[in-house]
Amino acid sequence: MNAEMTMPAYDVARVRADFPILATTVRGKRLAFLDTAASAQRPLAVIEAVDRYERSSHANVHRGVYELSQKATDAFEGARERVRRFLNAASIKEIVFTRGTTESINLVAQSWGRRLGPGDEVLITWMEHHANIVPWQMLCERTGAVLKVAPIDARGELDLDAFRALLSPRTKLAAFTQVSNALGTVLPIRAMIDAAHAVGAMTLLDGAQAVAHERVDVRALGCDFYVFSSHKLYGPTGLGVLWAREAVLRDMPPWQGGGDMILTVSFAKTTYNELPYRFEAGTPHISGAVGLAAAIDYLEALGIERVHAHEQALLARATRALRAVSGLRIIGEAKEKTGVISFTLEGVHPHDLGTILDDEGVAVRTGHHCAMPVMEFFDVPATARASFGCYTDDTDIDQLLRALGRAREVFG
Amino acid sequence: MDLKDLYRDVILDHNKQPRNFGRLDPCDTSADGNNPLCGDRLTLTLRLEGDRLTDIRFEGKGCAISTASASLMTEAVKGKDQAAITRLRELVHQTLTAHGEATLPPAELGKLAALAGVRDYPARVKCASLCWHTLGAALEHHAQRHADHGPATVSTE
Repeated sequence: MNAEMTMPAYDVARVRADFPILATTVRGKRLAFLDTAASAQRPLAVIEAVDRYERSSHANVHRGVYELSQKATDAFEGARERVRRFLNAASIKEIVFTRGTTESINLVAQSWGRRLGPGDEVLITWMEHHANIVPWQMLCERTGAVLKVAPIDARGELDLDAFRALLSPRTKLAAFTQVSNALGTVLPIRAMIDAAHAVGAMTLLDGAQAVAHERVDVRALGCDFYVFSSHKLYGPTGLGVLWAREAVLRDMPPWQGGGDMILTVSFAKTTYNELPYRFEAGTPHISGAVGLAAAIDYLEALGIERVHAHEQALLARATRALRAVSGLRIIGEAKEKTGVISFTLEGVHPHDLGTILDDEGVAVRTGHHCAMPVMEFFDVPATARASFGCYTDDTDIDQLLRALGRAREVFG
Repeated sequence: MDLKDLYRDVILDHNKQPRNFGRLDPCDTSADGNNPLCGDRLTLTLRLEGDRLTDIRFEGKGCAISTASASLMTEAVKGKDQAAITRLRELVHQTLTAHGEATLPPAELGKLAALAGVRDYPARVKCASLCWHTLGAALEHHAQRHADHGPATVSTE
């Protein structure tokens, strides 16, 4: 018997029932939440896990000998182990909790980045989120290193040849996104990682837009740093992850000083804690980690591959429907995309569009999506962006299409 | 709350056909305004005679609210003295930020009252106020320059 036959069909109505917020209304209209790329909604399993933790297990971690502190520590460290399994990392020593993708990247820039000097180069792509541009600009300013940017083409795909041509023995790090947040483009990360390694460069992969949509195996990927945020993965905000191999982390100096990251402190000398705690100064976001673990459980129970297939079907349908809307221009038409559609509507500025769609209960992101170079490349001040998650359904798309009709009516 | 109250005919008209669009060259003072969050940008160029704003133009890219607001503003302030402009700025600010209030905008606002619908859309207030902040910056810039160089009867710029 075929294993697939035993799997029930993806039931989006049941998935939607797991997300309480989807039952709310906006301005009296059904909520069509199409801004999952900015932040995903939380399923009841996550909300309840956080609630349970707060009600019965909270104390500070790694500190008390009393039972409650031990429960909190177990919950927090259990979450770290859950993330390790999710990423297929070799050890929990490789899982550093941060405030989010942005902080993970800043950690690498400020700690690992200290070794850079004049003449060294950091290579990024034109498609990066500001979080994967600005920390490197700041690092280059401090160290005299040079930031290089690999171009994209009119479809919103990376120019892989140009990326390769920009690599040289001077390249110390290639930092790039797995999926573009503004365009939805899936980057050819396999080829990029290999090309970077061939010149001896380290690689940092920004997985913020990827982790919720495809299975990530850091050992199979072979990158050197992997970063993502909990809240794009149906978990709480304020928590992110930095993964790197133990040998890499061991070779990095601490970046923030404080409690939990030390072994002993005296005014003469402080010794630092072991991995990963050396990079986690201060009381961490314990309930956030508990929520993230619950979110990973939830997503894996749904099946990331099944969620991916669902989102791809929606992407195909929505792309076809939007192309048929007169005056609508899709920004970013890469062959391989996640469930993200950036677009403009002729004669209607994206911010006006955002307001009109909101009036119809449709939540989309409008603006530059923290990717101003992408906007500049396509010569638009901003776009509207509809993005999908495990709970997005056909009704959401239909509601978006109707709301676009309304925008046409208002602006004539 | 109704979309028609935000996108009134006056707003749509000024968005489609902005008045005083372009750049004064030469001008007595100018300022750039931009809204980093949404990418709205505008440049104001002004001519002044003593205390009176004799001409003003704006150019830039923005949403309907920011374009219409700038267009309406240029019409409203042209020919006015600084005290009257300051008074208008305050009235506009009060009207835009009167979230949840059902009071009618003051009659003094004239056509600018069309912007009152913005108050029910807090996320859009900054679109409507950008041009007014920019005008304030341009006038302040002008005043500072005069303070630095004494009364400018002749401009060498």
